[in-house]
Amino acid sequence: MSIKVILEKCNGCKLCVKSCPYQAIKVFEKKAIIEANCNLCGACVEVCKSNAIVIEDKRKIEDTSGYNGIWVFTEQRNKNIASVVYELLGEGRKLADSLGTYLAAVLLGKNIKDGTDKLIGHGADKVFLVEDDLLKDHLDDAYAQVMVDLINQYKPETVLFGATVVGRSIAPKIAAILKTGLTADCTGLEIDLKNRLLLQTRPAFGGNIMATIVCPNKRPQMATVRPRVMKKLDFSSSRQGEIIKFEPKNLSSKINVLNFVEDLTEKVKLEEADVIVSGGRGLGKADNFKLIKEFASLLNAAVGASRAAVDAEWIPYSHQVGQTGKTVCPKLYIACGISGAIQHLAGMQTSETIVAINKDPDAPIFSVANYGIVGDLFEVVPVLISKLKETRCS
Amino acid sequence: MDYFLTDEQRMIKDLARRITEEKIIPARAELDEKEEFPWEILKILAESDLFGLYVPEEYGGFGMGCFENCLVMEELSRGCCGVSVSYAASALGAYPILLFGSDEQKKKYLPDVAKGTKLAAFGLTEANAGSDAGGIQTNAVREGDYYILNGTKQWITNGGEAEIYTIIALTDKSKGARGASAFIVEKGIPGFSFGKKEKKLGIRASATRELIFENCKIPAENLIGKEGLGFIVAMKTLDVTRPGIGAQAVGLAAGALEATLNYSRQRVQFGQSISSFQAIQHMLADMATEIEAARALVYQVAKSIDAGAKDVSKISAMAKVFASDVAMKITVDAVQIFGGYGYMREYPVEKMMRDAKIIQIYEGTNQIQRNVIALQLIKESTLTAN
Amino acid sequence: MEIIVCIKQVPGTTEVKIDPNTNTLIRQGVDSIINPFDTYALEEGVRLKERVGGKVTVITMGPPQAEQVLRDALTVGADEAILLSDRAFAGADTLATSYTLSKTIEKIGSFDLIICGKQTMDGDTGQVGPELAHFLSIPYVTFVKKVEEINENKIVVERMVEEGYEVIGMPLPGLITVVKEINEPRLPSLKGMMKAKSAQVTIWNHQDIDAKKDKVGLAGSPTQVIKIFTPERHQKGGMLQGNLETQVDTLIDKLKQGRLI
Repeated sequence: MSIKVILEKCNGCKLCVKSCPYQAIKVFEKKAIIEANCNLCGACVEVCKSNAIVIEDKRKIEDTSGYNGIWVFTEQRNKNIASVVYELLGEGRKLADSLGTYLAAVLLGKNIKDGTDKLIGHGADKVFLVEDDLLKDHLDDAYAQVMVDLINQYKPETVLFGATVVGRSIAPKIAAILKTGLTADCTGLEIDLKNRLLLQTRPAFGGNIMATIVCPNKRPQMATVRPRVMKKLDFSSSRQGEIIKFEPKNLSSKINVLNFVEDLTEKVKLEEADVIVSGGRGLGKADNFKLIKEFASLLNAAVGASRAAVDAEWIPYSHQVGQTGKTVCPKLYIACGISGAIQHLAGMQTSETIVAINKDPDAPIFSVANYGIVGDLFEVVPVLISKLKETRCS
Repeated sequence: MDYFLTDEQRMIKDLARRITEEKIIPARAELDEKEEFPWEILKILAESDLFGLYVPEEYGGFGMGCFENCLVMEELSRGCCGVSVSYAASALGAYPILLFGSDEQKKKYLPDVAKGTKLAAFGLTEANAGSDAGGIQTNAVREGDYYILNGTKQWITNGGEAEIYTIIALTDKSKGARGASAFIVEKGIPGFSFGKKEKKLGIRASATRELIFENCKIPAENLIGKEGLGFIVAMKTLDVTRPGIGAQAVGLAAGALEATLNYSRQRVQFGQSISSFQAIQHMLADMATEIEAARALVYQVAKSIDAGAKDVSKISAMAKVFASDVAMKITVDAVQIFGGYGYMREYPVEKMMRDAKIIQIYEGTNQIQRNVIALQLIKESTLTAN
Repeated sequence: MEIIVCIKQVPGTTEVKIDPNTNTLIRQGVDSIINPFDTYALEEGVRLKERVGGKVTVITMGPPQAEQVLRDALTVGADEAILLSDRAFAGADTLATSYTLSKTIEKIGSFDLIICGKQTMDGDTGQVGPELAHFLSIPYVTFVKKVEEINENKIVVERMVEEGYEVIGMPLPGLITVVKEINEPRLPSLKGMMKAKSAQVTIWNHQDIDAKKDKVGLAGSPTQVIKIFTPERHQKGGMLQGNLETQVDTLIDKLKQGRLI
């Protein structure tokens, strides 16, 4: 890879200097000079009106034909399949249909064959089933070894993982063994039919920027996908699928899980809730979360919080919604006293309906809200509570 | 104003600022409210090596001086004077050993103080001996290889928290001020106890207690220098630590100005930010000018001391008196600009105003400082006239 | 114990914007800092060194300016620092980055433990740790929140998962990635700052680490960014009108219509 400035064409206009996100271009004697911290991002190439900057891509083009099928890695703990798997099957179904290929789930574990029906019922055409005593726990090295053997044998074009702890641990190992690309934490997947490429869109810089990434010359294309972003299909027992058993060879692991300690304090299932009522800085103090809790219990909702409220230690971190907290997608999200910093919006703006209550009419939360009430939450919420109670009674 | 600090001085200032921003400012309101001694922050200062700046390298310090101490004091005081006085009082307790102690005493006590693993404190003031330090009544009677201490020291900063105390006591009542001597007393020895922690207007994170000596037997080798040197030890110590108190005032005032500037840009009245009103602008301008003048004076005095200037009592008194008066005025003005909000505990300026008052009082009241300055002026004038 | 900590220099804020005219990131005027998650990795490395003895080496890959984060690491207890800087490294994705780091660590030779942050603040991928472990053929554990035991041959760690934590044993040499719950990073010490100021930072290019040019940087990266853009916001919704009562009534009606309550 190399970048160069065609000096005859460069007119010293400095557009490239402004465009460079790495501040790696200088203009000296009316000619652009690319410095050592250039990241070859190509921003300058695009803005240059004189076409004076070129990046040469000398990468080998590899043959990607012969790969087909969309695979979903099935994450499970104690035989409970993670809900992100069904979401991936829902999305994978769309991708497979548009490509005219099959959708498969890969199920690894010990005594887990009961899970195959659920996977097929949620959209899988095939289930690769691998059972072994060693696969009881999520051992990254053993799981990766099985996945790589399967991939080498069946050659899928795309393999998707949930962007969970397990998915984000095992997927990079597999990608590194296969020397293929992996895109982390995707929130959007599309197909470029012309080039048969998976367009993988993900947030970067804390959600301020979205980037679309492709893996043009290597197969399989791999991505981890953020939970609660894709939509699952309703279960249908009428769906049919094929179960392919796979015997792992010489399976071993260097690590071992000595113990699992369940966190019992984590009661809030924010990610699963249909309705969430969240409180932010506008609450002023920890005690005022009582109001939010009362409101939430009336709606049978989970309680969320902005980072400001969590940082102030008004409520534990497990309630935090946003870039550094949980990403949620409830049917109804009610933000009380939350200004809507971009980090917060990143975690909740895909909610189906958003209600915002805030004193400041210019608060960014209103820009994503379906219904906004400008006012002091300590006046608005009590009225809401009493009116809701009235409607319940009548 | 750029004071052209050396690389090392800039490092010290940056480090102290970072600790202030990350650790002190977030904690100061609670420390003040709960009157809680800032052990956690002092531990961070210790781990960052800031306790030993003025201690010679052979005793585990950095061999720097009064000026570097001032840089740290200024930064810490931007955050909280309750913290910074606890830090400064340790130096105040250690300086008598550094200036007049024997090599054995220095070896025994200074490394721990420099590392910050032990705090020091200085005991001069008594119930009837404030500005009139000559009125102390605590006495030390020699008995063989020991001195027996009796008496009570009052309002001792770091009292009860420090491990090492330097105490001024009379060894010869008949000689008045010339009969005082300085001693090192370690916490925990029989006959040495503490009074209750005082409730104060400001600097409430700091600990202020009585030191009570009841037939407290201390080894004769804990005498600093020799008998009769007590007041000289005390005065020379205060001469070199006073600029640090001036720096405390500068830092406090600078912190108040920063808070006020931020507030006045944000606070909207009559449809515009209050910083657009000339009445506020002039106050801000005066505040900034006075702070810069105080800072320049404090820095220059500290540098003179480090350069070995003789007879620094007058200039060090000037640094303290001017800077502390500036801090008082500026914090009062800061509260005024904040208006009602300034009077509330949600904002830091009411605490700053409460903290400022003590700086005009402790380490020699500003009235006593003015006496020192005036007497020296007259003396100099007499000498020139002759 | 020989401990290697991998760190990255990132922009000091995630508040980056896209220039609507050029469709590129505006990063001007933003200071660079050590990736916050890497500060926990560094602190854990220094704490383990203090616990069992040994040495901490920090590595970063980046432009020459990235030397600053290495010096920052030296102020808080790292012993040696290596900067991988080469035009050929530019544009690396996680695979090319991991390969480059692995060649560096092979050149360093012996090590017992590699520590990485769980992810970076700018890229947010968390992939370099596991990929690096693969290239070095060593085991790894991600999302570590506590080191329970460590000796020359093995480490026992607690790993955070969604429902709690796992206790995992791993032989050494190995690699862990750590989460912020693991410790509270210390502030620098004056002695550390003075040492860092005069310390020698080793700078290596791709030849120094014997890396193949077609495996590093953009050339060695299977993924490619084809577009960056500002995320779509939902269109500005209806601000409810009228007095408080009316607004609340309207809201309840709307929510009922939508079968949301």
